[in-house]
Amino acid sequence: MKKLLLLGDEAIGQGALDAGLSGAYGYPGTPSTEIIEYIQRNPEAKERGVHRTWSANEKTAMESALGMSYAGKRTIITMKHVGLNVAADSYMNSALTGANGGVIVAVADDPSMHSSQNEQDSRFYAKFALMPAFEPSDQQEAYDMPRLAYEISEKYHLPVMLRLTTRLAHSRAGVVRSNVLEENKMHLPENKDQFMLLPSFARKKYKHLLEIQKDLEMESENSQFNKYIQGSDKSMGIIACGLAYNYLMENYNDCNYPILKIGQYPLPRKQIERILSECDEILILEEGMPLVEEMLKGYLGNPKIHGRLDGTLDRDGELNPKKVRKALGLPKLSSKDIPELVAGRPPALCVGCPHTDSYKSLTEALEEYGKGHVFSDIGCYTLGYLPPHNAIDTCVDMGASISMAIGAADAGYFPAVATIGDSTFGHSGITGLLDAVVHRSNVVIVILDNDITAMTGMQDSQVNGRIEQICEGIGVEKEHIRVINPLSKYHEENVKVFKEEIAYNGVSVVIPRRPCIHVYSKKKRQ
Amino acid sequence: MKKDIILAGVGGQGILSIAAIIGTAAIESGLHLKQAEVHGMSQRGGDVQSHLRISDKPIHSDLIPNGGADLIISVEPMESLRYLPYLSENGWLITNTKAFVNIPNYPNYDDLMNTIRAFPNHISLDADEIAKNIGSPRSMNMVVLGAASTFLDLPYEKLEEGIKIIFGRKGEKIVEANLSAMQAGREIAKQNK
Repeated sequence: MKKLLLLGDEAIGQGALDAGLSGAYGYPGTPSTEIIEYIQRNPEAKERGVHRTWSANEKTAMESALGMSYAGKRTIITMKHVGLNVAADSYMNSALTGANGGVIVAVADDPSMHSSQNEQDSRFYAKFALMPAFEPSDQQEAYDMPRLAYEISEKYHLPVMLRLTTRLAHSRAGVVRSNVLEENKMHLPENKDQFMLLPSFARKKYKHLLEIQKDLEMESENSQFNKYIQGSDKSMGIIACGLAYNYLMENYNDCNYPILKIGQYPLPRKQIERILSECDEILILEEGMPLVEEMLKGYLGNPKIHGRLDGTLDRDGELNPKKVRKALGLPKLSSKDIPELVAGRPPALCVGCPHTDSYKSLTEALEEYGKGHVFSDIGCYTLGYLPPHNAIDTCVDMGASISMAIGAADAGYFPAVATIGDSTFGHSGITGLLDAVVHRSNVVIVILDNDITAMTGMQDSQVNGRIEQICEGIGVEKEHIRVINPLSKYHEENVKVFKEEIAYNGVSVVIPRRPCIHVYSKKKRQ
Repeated sequence: MKKDIILAGVGGQGILSIAAIIGTAAIESGLHLKQAEVHGMSQRGGDVQSHLRISDKPIHSDLIPNGGADLIISVEPMESLRYLPYLSENGWLITNTKAFVNIPNYPNYDDLMNTIRAFPNHISLDADEIAKNIGSPRSMNMVVLGAASTFLDLPYEKLEEGIKIIFGRKGEKIVEANLSAMQAGREIAKQNK
């Protein structure tokens, strides 16, 4: 059969579509973005009328998906690991409401922080919520897992997590498709109280969730994605989760230990007991944080368990064949060094980027106050921290620029400036701006409007064409909503606008508006 | 048959198109393939790389082990050296010689080229110049692919097919430009091999 050449992300998209998907929701975030992008451009999805739009943020995405599940349809929500923090309120409670139509929460983690602020491991969230989780080791499993995930989700009326990491999300391989399942017909939950979490209901639902844990464990024990592979040398047993299995097998010609390959959680108790009783020492290979290792090691520290906690593997960062080889105790492969003359080439704002001009004017306007006045946010413009711009001072989480500027202003710090992109403003900035208006904070909010969600690869911005209206609606005074054109020829007047708004004691919004050069050149080509 | 290839360059120089064409050619030849690429922040003018693995047997890791790559194919000279720890003992280094300077501390060009030339197994060519000379300056990456084509153990027609599939929706002209760029790179590499 002909194979499709798909990224791990795309395989999940195709897998969900072929498993009867009716609606996909999400917010772009590396390395998860290509799941929805794939569904969005897929001609079969278009023909079927599968719903597939970006949401304002991960929380609204999660809630919209719950609504689709309420109506009986299969749905998927996609996000990066830190996005799950934003969705956490609805995500945690969804373990109690459960699902009607199947729900997959697809989360892509980013160990080594290639494009992220931390390397949190979403499997902890699955365990925290008492939700089953799937973790593919390759693109074919990424395609196959949504089908089983929907089955489990509908059998136990519970959302299911599908966790993957950067390497699989952004690696391509051939994938064989299965038959295409029909979408669910619309049907409401049999129990009309299912999605009602008044405390008296929630208590019952929590007890029920606790009760079915043993059934979920049994599902894991019988799962095709958890495999016990015999080995004659029982001096060591290896538990390999998700992608880590590949790095093990890359070195396997030299090793004959029993292996437990994990692709479905909660952990399969029977197989875990077997490998622990059968083998003298246990090596745990897991991408991300030491979740399985901590569980098996216990607080007092079972000395036969080895992995990230005892230094057999690095405590942080993503795995690779080299690290796993070392953990297996195999000799180092010979390799050359990087010649000394090779210089680092960090990412940088593109030539002609509107943010460069915005920062130049803002920095000049702030010159007389010294450094340390600009709270910033998540997006391409975070690169404005680097030379030659040196224009911003903080980057914490989506929306933090505005709220941190408020807090600094409350402390008496002047001037307090926030820079936030248009899409980030729509994601988590609007509520912060409301705080600022209500308390009449002395802040300047700079909304860098480049027409698009640029960093993740040009997705639509929810607030496109609505920014002034939103600011005015929240209560920012009209004369302090200033739109400027960030081009070097307007530099002097832009500096003046920034200076005027810094001088104003109250909430100002300055909107430097110019399309991302990639949007501009694309439109020009069309 | 097994080929482990590191593709290297700077964000926006078109290494993912090279990967897509080799990948398509490999799949069309019935081979297994894994190709890890870089998306997101580092694409913005930073160093980018892709691990491309082709084999007639199933492939495990998406990443190439250190010292395991048969080829480094680079569209930028300094970037070709960044991934040397991956190159195997007898591996080949194939690189464009045109420097992409967007950092203040870019190394001295002569030192850089001498380091590359010190490799017995290397092919270097000014792919930008070659692409310009045949009238398709934007096909520099295909010139580099052409230079590497004799090392891939893939039928050349499959690579041509790959270009037709990958660039097909951009029109006949673009396909032709890329095909002739690949051919030009191939010829020059054959002369220099």
